Amino acid sequence: MKSLALHLAVIALLFALQFVLPPYHHTNIARVMVLAVFAMGYNIAFGYTGLLSLGHALFFGAGLYAAGLMANGGWTGLATLPAGLLAGGLVALAVGMLALRTAGVSFMIVTLMFAQAGYLTILYFGPVTGGDEGFVLPAAARNLAGFDLATETPRYTLGLALFAVALLANLALVRSPLGRVMVAMRENEERSRMLGYNPFTVKLTALVISGLYAGVAGAGYALMFGYVGASFAAIQYSILPMLWVLLGGAGTVLGPFIGALLMFYLIDLSSSVTTAHQMVVGVALLALVLFAPKGLLGTLRERGLKWLP
Amino acid sequence: MAAMILSARGLTRHFGGLKAVDGVDFDLAQGEIHAIIGPNGAGKTTFVSLLSGRIPVQSGSITFNGQDITRLPAHARVARGIAYTFQITAIYARLPVYDNVALAVQRQGSRALRRDTMAALARVGLDDRADQEAGTLAYGHQRLLEIAMGLALKPRLLILDEPTQGLANSEIEGFKALVRSVVPDTTVLLIEHNMDVVMDLAQRITVLNFGRLLAQGTPADIRANGAVQAAYLGG
Repeated sequence: MKSLALHLAVIALLFALQFVLPPYHHTNIARVMVLAVFAMGYNIAFGYTGLLSLGHALFFGAGLYAAGLMANGGWTGLATLPAGLLAGGLVALAVGMLALRTAGVSFMIVTLMFAQAGYLTILYFGPVTGGDEGFVLPAAARNLAGFDLATETPRYTLGLALFAVALLANLALVRSPLGRVMVAMRENEERSRMLGYNPFTVKLTALVISGLYAGVAGAGYALMFGYVGASFAAIQYSILPMLWVLLGGAGTVLGPFIGALLMFYLIDLSSSVTTAHQMVVGVALLALVLFAPKGLLGTLRERGLKWLP
Repeated sequence: MAAMILSARGLTRHFGGLKAVDGVDFDLAQGEIHAIIGPNGAGKTTFVSLLSGRIPVQSGSITFNGQDITRLPAHARVARGIAYTFQITAIYARLPVYDNVALAVQRQGSRALRRDTMAALARVGLDDRADQEAGTLAYGHQRLLEIAMGLALKPRLLILDEPTQGLANSEIEGFKALVRSVVPDTTVLLIEHNMDVVMDLAQRITVLNFGRLLAQGTPADIRANGAVQAAYLGG
């Protein structure tokens, strides 16, 4: 109960925030919310199931391009958003079927390889995908059930809606029997096998759910900001969700959001005072590893907030 | 004789030149308590690992409950009713005691997870420690938790690999009572070094030596068997 109340309060706070934020931060928070959905997906695979993937940019990119390419064909958000969701899930299913034959470091390398192959494929089909430069979504396509997503309030609302659904679904998942089995796989795969759970199916399920999150985040991002480009499928977008999750706390429901929020503003604020903002991020990550290796919420949970899901 | 719940024929597993299990024929009667004994390195753990599916069979066959399970993966054998508890305690140390057992209970499609899990914990007397982190339990309690996880699977065959290792004498009495309470619904196969436990609990005993079947029979037969004495005393 306490945890449900906390998560609802965060959603309510974000809802209220849109009425007081100046335009610049209004856009930023909308962006952070949709990126947090991506990070939550990453956390389901990495934080809860123990699957360290270096290829999540592929799932994000799948959703992004599914929405973007369909938008070019004249479809609007009602079709492109679910299509992005499915694209992320299907690509995760295909990658998982092959990559989950490996584990540990090999799994990292195989997922990285798939993601790079996906990135290069986008560049190769430049005439369709826009290659490096990407393309801008037609204005008519940035429309969801009559709301123009190029304007502030609908954009923020879509970001919040995706975030809220993703957050509550995540909370329900980790409290469900499936969530318990995912954690069991992370903690001791051999023991879980001897309790009758097929490690392959459990991990594949977790990866597909993770892909659905990444895919819908990608599609939402394309619709909200109107731009699709290969850089979103590059290695950087596989690393970022990992950093967000590590910062906020792997295996915590709110951690991915907090990590994404902090990292976003850390870069934003530090780049306004110095060009060496990468170094600031580096120092922050070092401090994290030294003083709170379980991330912010992971540390809080250890220090007394045991009920934190 | 009662119906056989499990039969193995010519079961073999070599590791390089080491013949860990070498052509063993083995029958387990429905509802019995059966002990496997043998000197260190006799292949006992490898043998039960072949039965549970943790290690793939090299040659030979296993039938369980009338069906060939030789090629079934371990998790599918658990679904058929073979539960295995680990020699080295393999609980989820960082999860609460409750979750450890709930994982086994929910696998059975329980409709009242909380109630059934607490009942499974009560069976080994750990219900008052449900919220404790499993890794912080005393060693004897961790062994009991391990057994509770096996029992919560409601298996037809429960394989216990050295269950009393590290238990105090008082705990061993409780353990014996627990094992007696699960038969004959569940057949019990245990590897055990403590001969008092073996002679007291088991209805039949199988002796392995160098991966081969050395003797089989009732506790009295085994006690009187010259080959067994020779193997144990290095004669």
